[in-house]
Amino acid sequence: MGWTDLDPDQLSTTSFVLIASRDPRDYQDAMTLIDLANPTRFLALTARLLPWLAAATVILLAVGLYQTSLAPDDYQQGATVKIMFIHVPNAWLSMFVWGVMSIASLGTLVWRHPLADVAAKAAAPIGAAFTFLALLTGSLWGRPMWGTYWEWDARLTSVLILFLMYLGLMALWRAVDDPSRAARAAAVLTLVGAINLPIIKFSVDWWNTLHQPASVMRMGGSTLDKSFLIPLLVMAVAFTLLFLTLHLAAMRNEILRRRVRSLQMMQASQRAA
Amino acid sequence: MTALAALIRRDIKIALRVGGGALIGVLFFLTVVVLMPFAVGPDLALLSRLGPAILWLGALLASLLTLDRLFMADHDDGSLDLITMSRTPLELSCAAKALAHWIASGLPLIVATPVLGLLLNLDAVATGAVALTLLAGTPALTFTGMIGAALAVTLHRGGLLMAVLVLPLSIPVLIFGVAASQAVIVGPMTFGAPFSILCALSLVSLVVGPFAAAASLRHGLD
Repeated sequence: MGWTDLDPDQLSTTSFVLIASRDPRDYQDAMTLIDLANPTRFLALTARLLPWLAAATVILLAVGLYQTSLAPDDYQQGATVKIMFIHVPNAWLSMFVWGVMSIASLGTLVWRHPLADVAAKAAAPIGAAFTFLALLTGSLWGRPMWGTYWEWDARLTSVLILFLMYLGLMALWRAVDDPSRAARAAAVLTLVGAINLPIIKFSVDWWNTLHQPASVMRMGGSTLDKSFLIPLLVMAVAFTLLFLTLHLAAMRNEILRRRVRSLQMMQASQRAA
Repeated sequence: MTALAALIRRDIKIALRVGGGALIGVLFFLTVVVLMPFAVGPDLALLSRLGPAILWLGALLASLLTLDRLFMADHDDGSLDLITMSRTPLELSCAAKALAHWIASGLPLIVATPVLGLLLNLDAVATGAVALTLLAGTPALTFTGMIGAALAVTLHRGGLLMAVLVLPLSIPVLIFGVAASQAVIVGPMTFGAPFSILCALSLVSLVVGPFAAAASLRHGLD
């Protein structure tokens, strides 16, 4: 008899004692998300998972870079087209990470998942780094191709706003000392900021601007040649794995940091008493 | 309904009386605009070209400056707790407070625009266009700014942090506000398209702002 299929009429003091005395694993469902709510279990799982993830990331990055070096030069862009194999995955991830943070924020506000705010906090600096790299590689590519490092084009401007919002979110996390308080405020701001994601995605379709329109993920299939598409997809998967690895490692660090913090506070209160 | 009307009336009264600080925003607006000729030089042709941008930037900064007061004073004297616990939905109360704040500190900015337009050598049509875009766009500034004000009051941190959080959200309003005013003055775009987007931004923030602010008040106050 599980926790949920109890008839309310049958509930008495004894049945509560019965449930409470049972082995905790009995009424924890097989739902992994709930299992992961236990930080110790999460730490144990990620400790086993991380080496494999890191190895897969390194292998895929190596394969992707090798394929990139084999990819032919573009007839217009020459060798600078290879910047795209770094730029595009970074740009995708800059939005993907905010999406992950939005889901984590829902986890904080709606489901009160204990690790959701850890996930949101750990993802912010990584997302900011990806966004910065996307802007940097884009402007390095833009200099020879467009003749300028920066153009106030809709896509570029909206990604820059995304970068500023990442920085603002990190500032918010740092401004408040109580993590759970900061978590709820950051969750609201993350969800409001998520409005920017569709604007970034469709900016090149809505406004006819300098940045080229979508060519990989579009209705009617990709317009990219196979010799470019395959290395690009490999690099995209490699960067996603890189994010997963860094994110899980950063979450571990955050959990450990919070444990150290609470230990220090216990120590301080004991010393005071 | 009467509760909301009472809330709006109360907020406007407080803002307009001594210590309310609603008109400080207009003074700040005036000062920012007066500073501009010192920075770019008293070139009237240049000033009239930059005019809409200067007015919009001034209005943006002035509305940001007064946002601090939206929840802070109520939090300090405890009436925010009463508003949170009352039977009126918190989202509606937040919307009412933002509306009162816009009437008390946003509308004066728009009224002051024609005078400041004279200082910047804008002709009547251009001034009218800027005032109209401000009328359509400043509600968006107030209602998105309210999210920042709610976060600031729950975190007991105002000032710079709120500005850093709110300013990126107000960039689209600035872009389309200035674009619509420039369309009237120099062309080549039509006034209608950016102006409709500006109105759409205001309407979206009218929906999103109260919910986000109420959520952060509900989760943040203890």
